[in-house]
Amino acid sequence: MVVSNSKTGMSLIVKTITRLTVGLILLFGIYIILHGHLSPGGGFAGGVIIALSFVHLMLAFGKDVAVAKISQNVASNLESLGALMFLSIALLGFLGGSFFLNVLNKGMPFRLFSAGTIPLSNIAIGLKVGVGLVAIFLVLVILEGAENKK
Amino acid sequence: MELHLLLIFMLLAAIVALEAKDLLSSVIAVGAAGFALCLAFLILKAPDLAITQLVVEILCLIILIRATIRKDLPLAIEGRWVFNTISTLVFIAVFLFFAWTALKELPDFGDPIMGVAKKYLEEGVTKTGAVNLVTAVILDFRAYDTLGEATVLFTSVIGIMAILRRPGRKNKGGRDGG
Repeated sequence: MVVSNSKTGMSLIVKTITRLTVGLILLFGIYIILHGHLSPGGGFAGGVIIALSFVHLMLAFGKDVAVAKISQNVASNLESLGALMFLSIALLGFLGGSFFLNVLNKGMPFRLFSAGTIPLSNIAIGLKVGVGLVAIFLVLVILEGAENKK
Repeated sequence: MELHLLLIFMLLAAIVALEAKDLLSSVIAVGAAGFALCLAFLILKAPDLAITQLVVEILCLIILIRATIRKDLPLAIEGRWVFNTISTLVFIAVFLFFAWTALKELPDFGDPIMGVAKKYLEEGVTKTGAVNLVTAVILDFRAYDTLGEATVLFTSVIGIMAILRRPGRKNKGGRDGG
């Protein structure tokens, strides 16, 4: 992020604050996803927070910087990967006999590595929701830029 | 008490959103109603829903403001207002009648019928290993619903990408002259 002196995006104050906070927002989203089976939150909320960190970047620095970080094709591929991951976790239940059965070891409650397939499902849903919303916002921003050029 | 104040605030925000003259004020009033709903979830002791409502509200507000801030579209309030008013009143009366009939049968506020929920509360931790029971319900007991929800989101993303894709826009812009 060395493009703070470029013309696009918002003012220098907004860019400086964004550079300091955007990583923390992304990290908080990952925390919410990974601790979804222990504390409030989960895949959906954490995914939207991850999407918000990219939206933050896009609003502050202009769309070119954010598109360089994650392009539309990468976003749609990752979203499909999240959906396939969730479906394969569901199919994993057939190892124990039925769809969506929690076949992995439950472990001790209140530990990070517990609850079997639930953290994996949270990660899949977080990937899917976050990248999907980033893709929607990217498409809308690119559409707006194309309309302004005309 | 706080809940009733929040509900009154949400009603006022919704009325402001309907009656405001420009689109940006309406969007901000909708946002105020959404944040009040987030506080209401917190008061009702549902932090999962409060977090989700907060972040989704912020994202929707950003998208709506980006969409409305340049194009200040005037609201179209014209036409057959006598017919519109009468039909609105009739539908409000029908809605209130059926809502009153249905709400008579509901249990009291804060006193739910604990059928399946009791089993979930008792056996959730031992059966799934997840301490957060909301996650245990949506990703283990009721994972089919979550799969359907994920399918809905996937379909909507595919639809948006298909409608707003580049070649289609270029052809259309070339014909219409922008």
